[in-house]
Amino acid sequence: MDWQGQKVAEQLMQIMLVVFAVAAFITGYVLGSFQLMLYVYAGGVLLTTLITIPNWPFFNRHPLKWLDPREAEKHPKPQVVASSVSKKKSNKK
Amino acid sequence: MHSFGYRANALLTFSLTILALMCVIASVSDNFNTITPTATVKVLNINRFTKKSNGDDEVGVTLDISANLQSLFTWNTKQVFVFLAAEYSTPKNPLNQVSLWDGIIPVKEDAHFSIKTKNKYKFVDQGSNLRGRDFNLTLHWHVMPKTGKMFADKLVLPGFRLPEFYR
Repeated sequence: MDWQGQKVAEQLMQIMLVVFAVAAFITGYVLGSFQLMLYVYAGGVLLTTLITIPNWPFFNRHPLKWLDPREAEKHPKPQVVASSVSKKKSNKK
Repeated sequence: MHSFGYRANALLTFSLTILALMCVIASVSDNFNTITPTATVKVLNINRFTKKSNGDDEVGVTLDISANLQSLFTWNTKQVFVFLAAEYSTPKNPLNQVSLWDGIIPVKEDAHFSIKTKNKYKFVDQGSNLRGRDFNLTLHWHVMPKTGKMFADKLVLPGFRLPEFYR
């Protein structure tokens, strides 16, 4: 999943669970059955699980552009100078 | 939301928290129930009224208990526990409560009942104070919920009296 997809998945999960909870409570209260409320809620949790947890393609509509490997070879990673780093650390102490 | 396990964990904890909240609201909804219980009790016969060898009075009675406790049931009720207690005061104790009979009502339909029964538990006094004693028969009930708070209340039926002499 990309960043945008993660946000969408999280929001979708929260909204779906709350909506199913409210629907389950109202159904159970009106029909006078505690067991029915639990069944509707359990079904809602299962549906939410199926929609938000697996890595569906619609969560990946804004994919990250990773650097191409051949391009990366042309620009090697800069070497960190070890002595300057340790000096910085002793100053901070 | 970075990985499968992360999302699964978030969903699990959130769904369980919401479930707990639903149960609390279900329990709160029980407060909106208006109860209209009715009950009558008759003492059909005093079978036994003696003084035991240790000095305490003992009474054996046959009771006719009829009640309609259907209004106590809500969608969040698991069962109703009901018991009948004889209440009286003596010089020794300002209040004595002796449970004579109890029962469990699991469903609303069974809450409208009428039974004739001998006292299930012994009616024994602490001492010998029961001759000519006035007493109330109080019907207590505990409404046990599926989740949340238990409600308990009672209905006092006064005007019973034990005989003056032993039988």
